[in-house]
Amino acid sequence: MTLRAPFKTAVLVLIWGWMLLFVLVPNLLVIVTSFLRRDDVHFIRWEATLDNYLRLFSPDYAAVFAHSFYMALVTTVLCLLIGYPFAYLVSRYRAAMKPYLIFLVIVPFWTNSLVRTYAMKLLIATNGLVNQALLGLGLIDEPLRMLYTEGAVIAGLVYVLLPFMILPLYAIFEQLRSDLLEASADLGAGRWQTFYRVVLPLTMPGIIAGSLLVLLPAVGMFYVADVLGGAKNLLIGNIVKNQFLDARDWPFGAAASLLLTLAMGVLLYAYYLSVKLIRRPETHAALA
Amino acid sequence: MNGTGQTIIQLQGVGKSFGGREVLPPLDLDIYHGEFITLLGPSGCGKTTLLRLIGGFEQPDAGRVLLAGSDITDLPPNQRPVNTVFQSYALFPHMTVFENVAFGLRAEQRPEDEIRTRVAQVLAMVQMRELADRKPDQLSGGQQQRVAIARAVIKGPRVLLLDEPLSALDYKLRKQMQNELKRLQRELGITFVFVTHDQEEALSMSDRVVVMREGVIEQIGTPRNVYETPANLFVARFVGEINVFTAHVLETVDTERVIGEIEGERHELRTHGKSFPAGARINVLLRPEDLRLLPADAPQGLPGQVIERNYKGMTLESLIRLDSGQELLASEFFDEDDPDFDYRLGERVRVTWVPNWEILLPDDTARAV
Repeated sequence: MTLRAPFKTAVLVLIWGWMLLFVLVPNLLVIVTSFLRRDDVHFIRWEATLDNYLRLFSPDYAAVFAHSFYMALVTTVLCLLIGYPFAYLVSRYRAAMKPYLIFLVIVPFWTNSLVRTYAMKLLIATNGLVNQALLGLGLIDEPLRMLYTEGAVIAGLVYVLLPFMILPLYAIFEQLRSDLLEASADLGAGRWQTFYRVVLPLTMPGIIAGSLLVLLPAVGMFYVADVLGGAKNLLIGNIVKNQFLDARDWPFGAAASLLLTLAMGVLLYAYYLSVKLIRRPETHAALA
Repeated sequence: MNGTGQTIIQLQGVGKSFGGREVLPPLDLDIYHGEFITLLGPSGCGKTTLLRLIGGFEQPDAGRVLLAGSDITDLPPNQRPVNTVFQSYALFPHMTVFENVAFGLRAEQRPEDEIRTRVAQVLAMVQMRELADRKPDQLSGGQQQRVAIARAVIKGPRVLLLDEPLSALDYKLRKQMQNELKRLQRELGITFVFVTHDQEEALSMSDRVVVMREGVIEQIGTPRNVYETPANLFVARFVGEINVFTAHVLETVDTERVIGEIEGERHELRTHGKSFPAGARINVLLRPEDLRLLPADAPQGLPGQVIERNYKGMTLESLIRLDSGQELLASEFFDEDDPDFDYRLGERVRVTWVPNWEILLPDDTARAV
């Protein structure tokens, strides 16, 4: 034990040092900045104000936020609609196949998502592969406008974020005890009843976890909107980025980013509450 | 009730394989209305598969399952008037005790008033009314067991299937639940099909016991029947301790008796209706409680020596090594006043048995375990 004490101290110091230096301090800087004024020379002027937050709630920005959240919501719902049945099917496969199927879900991670977003741009551009194929097949007479639309941004977000939905759902489906499904059938419930009375409540933590993992990045992934969405389909992430890099308004960017963090906090708290409510099935006393 | 009642479930040539391995060769079984029938066998004998075929969780590869005369082979579990108490209890972790028990009624969309009354009734029956608002993980194993039973009986099934429901409970609780299950079965008057690998449990609870091995039914009978006149060595060994002599028939006396040679001595043996020709090799089976130990100077009995003694409370078990080398287990009721009783370790004794209590079987050592 005495030999281990220095190691333990070292690890603790490292972790706390890391958290302090790279998490707490930067966040504090952002918080402080968000209450200051912009300055053309020094980026920030030491003068307390709430203007940045008031500006966030001005109709112009509120509209952008609403649109961004709307696209993120649609993205999340689509990921859920695709990911839920997929995760269920994978979990029902025989054990030998599962690692390969999950591997297929993870493979795209090996290519940077920015690169994949550009690849998508090439596919759906006016003279991109999809349009050329459709024209070639004679299905359309003139190219479809797919790039720089809301649909393109949502498609790009779904494409990049789908694995974040599938993985937690798969994990929870793997825990779903088949004897509970049998008990439900035994007691007279049909497939649909078993689904919404047993499967859905028991997989809810996975649904919420997956939705958070999709929803939060979906409001922040500015490059997807940059590449696929054009000027009109902005994400909150774009606003933050633009304020810091283009408009040079650090305080306002900080306020926007804090709003994002706050939204994330609220959602995480909702997740915590839901998990507490549902109570993870503990190892059965009977099987211990 | 033993074989005379009305048939509720009939298995006709029902067989099942998993991945090319035949777990259950086609078999027939009739289960009577209102009986407590136990499927008994070592793990992997197919007893749980048989239960799942009745419940509808498995589809037979061959044969039909009839319930009260109508074919239910192709009905899914949710359409069978049969309910199950699972080995794992399978209580819904996200629901309270009340909601777990109400589940079956809600599936039928019964009115809320009726649900309340009936849930209260069955919870009272298993003495769980006070805990109706608990979640399953706030209950002890025995309490979860009660909820699982209440949930399974609330719809008034024709048949209740119980898959090793007591295996996770400790000895005392298991005894208590055995009695409660018996009481419940009498009160409800429905058929219980009970699966267990515990022979003591099977014997003490059942009207009939089905002893299974490797998917094959070795014997069906009352507990007494199975214990006292086992059909073969496997059954004899599985339902309790047994001593086996290999012997052969010297001559037939009449339809009920033969003269056999055991350990070089002539013995008159009862055949219980079976016939053995002279010269046939046979096994003579004796339960430990049927053996008697006599002092070494007794006029008859097989000579041997006490090599082990185990005090079991009510009984005293002695392991005897005969001079022939065979070892016998004798179990005697404790009687402090009996001077003959107290043989010391290493003391020489003679072993006899209560006449006519022996069981004769053809020598089927090839099939024995």
